[in-house]
Amino acid sequence: MELSGIGIGQGVALGPVIRMADPLPEPLDAPSGRTPAEEGERARASLGAVAADLLSRGERAGGAARDVLEAQAMMAEDPTLQEDVTARLAEGKTAERAVFEALAAFRDMLVEMGGYMAERATDLDDVSQRVVSHLAGLPAPGVPDPGYPFILVARDLAPADTALLDLGTVLGLVTSEGGPTSHTAILAREKSIVAIVGVADAGRLVDEDEIILDAENSVVVSGPNAAQKAAAESRIAARAARQNAPIRPGALADGTPIPLLANLGSADGAARAVELGAEGVGLFRTEFLFLGSTSAPTVTQQQEQYERMLREFPGRKVVVRALDAGADKPLAFLNDADEENPALGLRGLRSLRASEDILREQLTALANANAASDADVWVMAPMVATVEETRYFVDLAHELGLKTAGVMVEIPSAALLADRVLQHADFASIGTNDLTQYTLAADRMLGTVANLQDPWHPAVLRLIREVGEAGAALGKPVGICGEAAADPLLAVVLVGLGATSLSMSAPALVDVRASLARFTLAQARQLAAAALQADEAASAREAVKAVASAFPEPPEGLGSSAAPEPTEPQQTIPPREVLK
Amino acid sequence: MVERTVRIGSTHGLHARPAKIFTQAAAASGAGVTLTKTGGKTVNAASILGVISLGIDHGDEVTLAVDGGNADAVLEELVDLLVRDHDE
Repeated sequence: MELSGIGIGQGVALGPVIRMADPLPEPLDAPSGRTPAEEGERARASLGAVAADLLSRGERAGGAARDVLEAQAMMAEDPTLQEDVTARLAEGKTAERAVFEALAAFRDMLVEMGGYMAERATDLDDVSQRVVSHLAGLPAPGVPDPGYPFILVARDLAPADTALLDLGTVLGLVTSEGGPTSHTAILAREKSIVAIVGVADAGRLVDEDEIILDAENSVVVSGPNAAQKAAAESRIAARAARQNAPIRPGALADGTPIPLLANLGSADGAARAVELGAEGVGLFRTEFLFLGSTSAPTVTQQQEQYERMLREFPGRKVVVRALDAGADKPLAFLNDADEENPALGLRGLRSLRASEDILREQLTALANANAASDADVWVMAPMVATVEETRYFVDLAHELGLKTAGVMVEIPSAALLADRVLQHADFASIGTNDLTQYTLAADRMLGTVANLQDPWHPAVLRLIREVGEAGAALGKPVGICGEAAADPLLAVVLVGLGATSLSMSAPALVDVRASLARFTLAQARQLAAAALQADEAASAREAVKAVASAFPEPPEGLGSSAAPEPTEPQQTIPPREVLK
Repeated sequence: MVERTVRIGSTHGLHARPAKIFTQAAAASGAGVTLTKTGGKTVNAASILGVISLGIDHGDEVTLAVDGGNADAVLEELVDLLVRDHDE
């Protein structure tokens, strides 16, 4: 039996299923034998105890989980909730029933609101379960502990549970609910837990069933045969070996260097990225310097921050994106107009141009930081639509002392005219998330159109090819800095389409490095050709997998059985990409 | 009482994390604070459930009203949280 869902990450797990206990039954709506005051006291005590427990779990978990757990604790002690509970107690209900009803009312309201709010409904369900069990004197519902490694199957995990999962015994996670933006998905990604969410038929999995959880292919295989198990085991072993393999510069099997770079949002992640083998930075977002301010930081303040990060990358390339404000990241001092379609509005370079002094200051700070460090600073403009905008930005950056200035290709018009854009820009960097959003007219933030937000779509790939070909013809580097670069197989396709470097969040580097090493440039081009011929994203992915597995040395990790890690000669890669 | 009408800066509106940060600050201020979504209802700003029940999205217009001592400073602080983007 095979079940499908949404895979998070690239991992594979094999093991027995343990289901999370079913939720407690709904408390009976029987009249209370106590007075409303007594019941109120019980409710307050349990709500307070649950809030305290959630806070302490948050403290232990840290990171993103802490915020979620603190929010849940606040929900338990919420004044509006207390009023609602008190009103229900006055009708003679038990504390259990009153708390249950009050939280259920808020939960239903969130579900009705849809989108992000609906995904918060799980948080309230969890608070309700915890309070009702506390009132009943039962242990808080949570992750089972059978004493051996297992794959956890649940409806959805409460943040409190995901945050404290024991990664030593939980091999993987399958949920029947939750989308790609649910807490479970976000936390699984953050903690590198092998997970598949939104498996609608997960209810068919029972305790002790042996399953293969294949996040890379978004599939759960129940009752696998010996061959499937052997293949899964070899993939698990190969992945573990990759994690421990010595870090080499990114390169194809034939030695073609493909520098692997990191996406960073502040100087804080730089050391970790270097540890994971980042050969530089392909996308340094600068919004963190500006968010939360009512005015732009000074040149000196900016320069300090830039220098701090550049120090981590001596002799390396660091591609800095000019402030990308507007739409999803509004800044009061750049654009506070209310727009009907912010994604199509005054954002990116458009808003910088409207406040040119801010752009000039940022470029000046960068040029100063560049002069004061050993790193090689490249600068690029976000959201460039036209050749004229390209010239404007590149000329200004050159004028202010930055010798390498390029543009991000996120808008189809810039991809279609890449041959002209690259006449002026020193390089291009393709932001696949926005390019996909604009090509398929599908809002990145909207779960209901998430199926269209797939960079494997041949229309997106065709646009990338335009940029790749223009780069090759003009001898200009073409980087990729969207999430597409973090998909190990798609990364090879992107190289086949003409990408000369790939930038991603640092934890993805290991898998992408290993994947690139399995294919030659000629093979990458064949894979790209196969993807371009498909009609849909899904069939493009399938076609590429089929072609890849037909190559003489079958790449492991793509569904074939135990293939040894290819041993290619160590290549000497120049320490930095030289601009032609 | 002092009040001001502003637009929400947070990318995903006032959902879990931004709502938490805002409500925590409102509760900690000790003042009586209400939040009204333009064209919608008014809630206690110290109630996270009340705040998220308004379904406030990025760019929505809301009115913040503060009653009590030091109302002007509290208003400044809370307005700053509303117009800021907590989601990067």
